[in-house]
Amino acid sequence: MDITDFYDTFFEEAEELLADMERHLLELDPAAPDTEQLNAIFRAAHSIKGGAGTFGFEILQRTTHLFENLLDHTRRGELRLRPDIVDTFLETKDMLNDQLDAYRNEQAPDQEAYERICQTLKTLALEEIGQALDGGAEPAAPAAAAAADPAPAPAATAPPADSPADQAATSEAPAQDDGTALVVALIGVADKDRELLVEELAQLGEVLERRGDAQRHEVVLSTSVSAEDIEAVMCFIAEADQVEIRPCQSVAGTAPVTGTDSAPESAGDSAGDSAEKAPDAPAPAAEPAPAAPGSDAGSAAAATAAVTTAAAAATTADAGSPPPRQQRKASTKPVKEASSIRVSVDKVDQIINLVGELIITQSMLDQTVSELDAAADPRLLNGMSLLQRNARDLQEAVMSVRMVPMDYVFSRYPRLVRDLASKLDKDVELTTEGESTELDKSLTERIIDPLTHLVRNSLDHGIESPEARLAAGKPATGRLTLSAQHQGGNILIEVIDDGAGLDRERILAKARESGLNVSDAMSDDEVWQLIFAPGFSTAAQVSDVSGRGVGMDVVKRNIQAMGGHVEILSRQGQGTTTRIVLPLTLAILDGMSIRVGEETFILPLSAVLESLQPSRDNLYAMAGDDQVLQVRDEYLPVVAVHSALDVANARTEITETIAVIVQGEGRRYALLVDDLIGQQQVVVKNLETNYRRVPGVSAATILGDGSVALILDIADLHRLDREKKQRRHHDTRGAHLLPESQPLTEDLSA
Amino acid sequence: MNQHTDLAAQAATDLSHREFLVFSLGDEEYAIDILKVQEIRGYENVTRIANAPAFIKGVTNLRGVIVPIVDLRIKFRLERVEYGGQTVVIVVNVGTRVVGIVVDAVSDVMTLAPEQIKPAPEFGVTLSSDYLSGLGSLEDRMLVLVDIDKLLTSDEMALVEHAGDSA
Repeated sequence: MDITDFYDTFFEEAEELLADMERHLLELDPAAPDTEQLNAIFRAAHSIKGGAGTFGFEILQRTTHLFENLLDHTRRGELRLRPDIVDTFLETKDMLNDQLDAYRNEQAPDQEAYERICQTLKTLALEEIGQALDGGAEPAAPAAAAAADPAPAPAATAPPADSPADQAATSEAPAQDDGTALVVALIGVADKDRELLVEELAQLGEVLERRGDAQRHEVVLSTSVSAEDIEAVMCFIAEADQVEIRPCQSVAGTAPVTGTDSAPESAGDSAGDSAEKAPDAPAPAAEPAPAAPGSDAGSAAAATAAVTTAAAAATTADAGSPPPRQQRKASTKPVKEASSIRVSVDKVDQIINLVGELIITQSMLDQTVSELDAAADPRLLNGMSLLQRNARDLQEAVMSVRMVPMDYVFSRYPRLVRDLASKLDKDVELTTEGESTELDKSLTERIIDPLTHLVRNSLDHGIESPEARLAAGKPATGRLTLSAQHQGGNILIEVIDDGAGLDRERILAKARESGLNVSDAMSDDEVWQLIFAPGFSTAAQVSDVSGRGVGMDVVKRNIQAMGGHVEILSRQGQGTTTRIVLPLTLAILDGMSIRVGEETFILPLSAVLESLQPSRDNLYAMAGDDQVLQVRDEYLPVVAVHSALDVANARTEITETIAVIVQGEGRRYALLVDDLIGQQQVVVKNLETNYRRVPGVSAATILGDGSVALILDIADLHRLDREKKQRRHHDTRGAHLLPESQPLTEDLSA
Repeated sequence: MNQHTDLAAQAATDLSHREFLVFSLGDEEYAIDILKVQEIRGYENVTRIANAPAFIKGVTNLRGVIVPIVDLRIKFRLERVEYGGQTVVIVVNVGTRVVGIVVDAVSDVMTLAPEQIKPAPEFGVTLSSDYLSGLGSLEDRMLVLVDIDKLLTSDEMALVEHAGDSA
């Protein structure tokens, strides 16, 4: 069995732990840190260290080891937190992320960065704890503080590394130099697995004795590896409650002490938890036992000799016993985790696709059955309606698998805002609302970049410096709000700042400068839309963080690609709200099917406002072939599907068509179609998977008869129609009409 | 030197094992690498795509996957383009994409030895020799070996969106 098989599991877990760690660090109030949070941070570091040691990721392990020691001091109140210390911790966490990535890519982590962070942590320990503990009762701490360079030390003292876990023993190594005998009991492990486990154990040390029966098989192992690391290796094969590790009788002197120590702790816990505790409880027993003499009896010697690792061992010894206790306290969490499984998105997508197919087949059957005589076989009809209901339920259930709360997105901004604000010397308070609003996983991933851009913009240009804010009569601390809420079939995500707002005059001036067609009569909305023009940036605002406008076109494009749109509301001096409206999911759409000529199209129902039969009286011709339709007190431009998409045999007499009033990107117009067929939910199929983007079309779907229907993109269709009319207008003087094809392909398709 | 001959020998074996699917467009015979072919099906139920080049017939539903259909006869400017019972669609895999190509008929699968594959001469405008992997000679027949990967991903096929190519 190859240990590398478990790398991925470790990487994923470590990543989650680091994300957890960051969340806790950010929530932490340096003035009055929450013990539970400190413990959680410590546990995360501790777990990563354990895993890194097991897999032989030496640098990662050493870094986490230093970090863990500091955290341990922190949670015991020996290191008083300050915002800058939290910053250092965050930096360390980033470094760990980098190292993890490096290992994942099978590269060596950045040595220089590693040394730098080690130095930073050591200096911190020296400055903070060294003083704080001078008169304290902790003899080992000064030694830790005096540590010049612990990294090479273990190399000198550790036994020749013959297994990855050996290197894990930075702290334990000196004390366990001669090897400790451990009894590893395998309880109720299948024969095959047992042999595997014993084989694994043999690699970690020398197997002295094997005893017991199949039910309880004990292996006496002479090893320098800590019980914890052994357990980490074992738990890949055996369940946690199948392995029990305790020191062998030869070191029994210390074992009972810790044994009784941990017993009462576990007594309070429910019996169901014993699975969790069993491996934990003995672990500290093994660890502190050999280390204790190092810090107690030999403290003077250790200090004078400046054996840094002894100090490290001492801190670990202290650290050793609390974590299991904490883990037990937080036992609700692991239990909760056990009720979820990690599944690759590909698998979920495959299920969704298959369910989509099922729905199509079901509606195909439904169509056939509906043509039958209803009285022919009532059982068939009953079965069909049952099938329909089950299929819908199944679809809904499957879709919900893909939904994740917006917290997944929002949780990354506290860090960004914190870092940026300090970089820009601004005071910003971030609030998030509606974190539990759910959104399709594929959308949450794609929304991150645009949202990050908007947040950066708000910080850089929206929110002013504290001085400027005070001068403007606003509180020095700016407010940035991220909110999410459902609205019909859409999700509304807003980035709200109470900063300076957009400068209408400056945007107009800049637009004129870059040759855009603008006028002072433009509405605010139209002016704000200008900042989405490619390459648009008001020069006075550019900084290294962002230049409002640079990339705003990308933001808009990304969001449109997701089937959404962006709106800006801004009041000068009062702030800007950027609103992103997105469909909840890309996989299913409520559509209205329409017929034009012999072709069927789907309109997104969300874009349809109403439909009506146009009459001559309400139609007005405008210059050229443009027409507007009066609907109540509004004049709406008219777009005929057949002309925009060159559909043959469509009704051309407007009064015979049906006008569907649609709205896209804030623009309303009347879409002329031949017939409305009906409303239906359709499974959205991407056209770009095998083809490319098609103007005026957002995606495709499969109809009940198995044929493909295109889903129209309301906003894009309007643009397409305008472009075509313009082109036709230009071509009226030319010999030929160029009604079809995109600019790039027209010369080739002719 | 030794290594060189090894490589050459290896290349020769690889080549000698190449199999081609032969199809006809009008009176001409073309062939593509059989490994690119996913399946062969009839021409039916194609949904037209507006504003696309004429040789892109539209898209069809291939067991839940939307697949574009390209008519090579139009692309290669054949005079007679008819859709009948014989008209078939060869579904090919190009990279990660699935594309259907309309041809008049599929005749057979041929194995060509390396010496039967001649380099393609510089061609005219309709079919650039860039898209050919050679000419196969088979007794009195000549097969035009099409590099379907290159052809279908080329700019002029407009099947794949290229950078800076936004409509």
